Amino acid sequence: MGQAQALSGTVIVMSTARDQILGGIRKSLGRETSPSRQEAEARLANHPRNLIPQRAHVAVEERLELFVAQATAAAASVARVRSLDEVPGAVSSFLAGHNLPQRVKLSPDTFITGLDWDGQPTLETDTGKAIDSDLASVTGAVAGIAETGTLMLASGTDRPTTLNFLPDNHIVILPADRIVGVYEDGWDKLRQDGDLPRTVNFITGPSRTGDIEQTIQLGAHGPRRLHIIVVEDAA
Amino acid sequence: MKPQSHLFKENAKKALNDANLARALNNMKAGFQDKRRATIAKLPEFQDLRDQARDLKNHTLENLDFYLSRFEDRVTEKGGHVHWARTPAEAREAVLEICRSVDAKTVTKGKSMVTEEIGLNDFLIESGLTPIETDLGEYIIQLRHELPSHIIAPAIHLNKEDVAETFRENHTQLDPNRRLDQVQDFTDEARAILRQKFQSADVGITGANFLIAETGSTVIVTNEGNGDLTQVLPKVHIVVASIEKTIPTLEDSATILRVLARSATGQEYSTYTTFSTGPRRPGDLDGPEQFHVVILDNGRSALLGTEAQDTLRCIRCGACMNHCPVYGSVGGHAYGWVVPGPIGAALDPGLIGLEEAHDLPNASTFCGKCAEVCPMKIPLPKIMHHWRVKEHEAKLSPPRFRQGLAMWAWFARRPRLYRLGANAAIGMLGRLGAKRGRFAKLPLAGGWTAHRDLPAPSRGTFQQQWARHKRSQAPSSS
Repeated sequence: MGQAQALSGTVIVMSTARDQILGGIRKSLGRETSPSRQEAEARLANHPRNLIPQRAHVAVEERLELFVAQATAAAASVARVRSLDEVPGAVSSFLAGHNLPQRVKLSPDTFITGLDWDGQPTLETDTGKAIDSDLASVTGAVAGIAETGTLMLASGTDRPTTLNFLPDNHIVILPADRIVGVYEDGWDKLRQDGDLPRTVNFITGPSRTGDIEQTIQLGAHGPRRLHIIVVEDAA
Repeated sequence: MKPQSHLFKENAKKALNDANLARALNNMKAGFQDKRRATIAKLPEFQDLRDQARDLKNHTLENLDFYLSRFEDRVTEKGGHVHWARTPAEAREAVLEICRSVDAKTVTKGKSMVTEEIGLNDFLIESGLTPIETDLGEYIIQLRHELPSHIIAPAIHLNKEDVAETFRENHTQLDPNRRLDQVQDFTDEARAILRQKFQSADVGITGANFLIAETGSTVIVTNEGNGDLTQVLPKVHIVVASIEKTIPTLEDSATILRVLARSATGQEYSTYTTFSTGPRRPGDLDGPEQFHVVILDNGRSALLGTEAQDTLRCIRCGACMNHCPVYGSVGGHAYGWVVPGPIGAALDPGLIGLEEAHDLPNASTFCGKCAEVCPMKIPLPKIMHHWRVKEHEAKLSPPRFRQGLAMWAWFARRPRLYRLGANAAIGMLGRLGAKRGRFAKLPLAGGWTAHRDLPAPSRGTFQQQWARHKRSQAPSSS
């Protein structure tokens, strides 16, 4: 049997597998087409929200407080600054506070690179995706989600995903007006932006494991520290 | 993997005599149960969310063919590839073919029960590849050549001393006199070693908590971040997932995710929840160049429309096993297959066959705790009961048990005779045991008296007591 035949043989097997699985589902359910098919079509088209927890139905200022409280409970650290001008200084003092070298890998996102890093002469910056030797990264976020203190990050040409996972310290700059109530609000934001990004990361606190004797240990494979700098007025 | 569930009784007996295992399983109360209770208490809507999660999953299963083909369409639109596998062999072949097409040598893996189910690691090794588990618990048991004993805490059966021994035996490049007694020591050591593996892997394989029909996204939920490094660093990302992981929309995922972590680890939300949609886009600086989803059936479609259909709602949180007195005593290995505990007892007979797994639905006290904590409201005892009936019909239960049951049924259908016999037997037991108040040994009741005394009945049968009670409650006629 020639290569081409072998290959087309594979294709036939795969499509048979598909049809047999889908046909098997229909057979088990005892029907050819589903009685709730229209409902299913509508569900995909309208993606309605289900029950939303009451805790997220709060005024804007309370939402910020809820976000900070929940993120802190998940072992993230949170610093609050008044304006974007203060961000590089806050990054530098976070590093100093943990005896870390004054060196960060910045996300190529112009929101991050546009900050006044030169104003911190001791702070060394580099831009791009993360490599193994990076000890700290600085990224933005699509949203902060108050209900559980969760950050929502999305990939893009200027937002590499490795920055969220490889460095030991992940610093996230979050304008207060990006703090929303619930996950669904985050999805709405992304839907407004258009095409769903390749990777969407919901991040709640630093990496951890409970795999040894159920004792929680931070810094399993991802960042040991997650530091969120909330910018109260990022206009 | 080859199921060992037919050895359940034997293996459970061994497990019960394993003091080390008992010590390890003892951590479950503080580690899982207390945390779950505390977190749920903070979310008043939790019970309503369970109802919604159940309903939306039922709706999905009713339309599974539709949602699966929509999922496939979206994955393809985004530049990914879907591979359908009826059997574990087809799934393994699909994975191998992808690995071969990029000449892969090293494969990193995120924790995935479905790849355990299809025995992927052994198969890849036989095919000349090197699969490396990266979840800490999975990594430990891979080094020990063991199987996971819990679906979210694979190494829950081990203590620190066991892990120290394993690391010293395997990480021979490190100082043999290094300290290994704090949890951080192990985490740091594994982190350093696995970092090199992440960087050198050609293919990353993960499972999926959900497949989203609306967007063609696959979702993984982890705490360590290993799943993310597994899928973002290599050239190729392969997702292996079974058909029932499908849900309709992103909004629906939000609902189920609200009950998942709370039920599993008692966290409000897991550290990392990641949605992956296709391969890296033009201009992206990182991410996999290829994105493949292998969709496995392996007997699940045949469970639709049966009494066991509800097991397909399972989101693999582990709450049922965390709260099960039987699992808590024998651990996961005794169950002899990937999914242990109450959900295993309800699911495994449907997937690996009743003949193999008929002992598992009997490994239950029917206390009902599993159904009470299940976030997807799977009626686990009811399904176990269903399998027990099937077991009886197929004559798989022990002959003595069936004879006893037949005898009891014969009497139960003759109430007068039943009462007469019961009165005589209970009366006799009462007289024989009147002095000591208990029996340490009793013919035909060895199964009971081997482990505890049987109290001697002192006040007659239940029916006699009930009759007396009613007489004493009756209004006097004067």
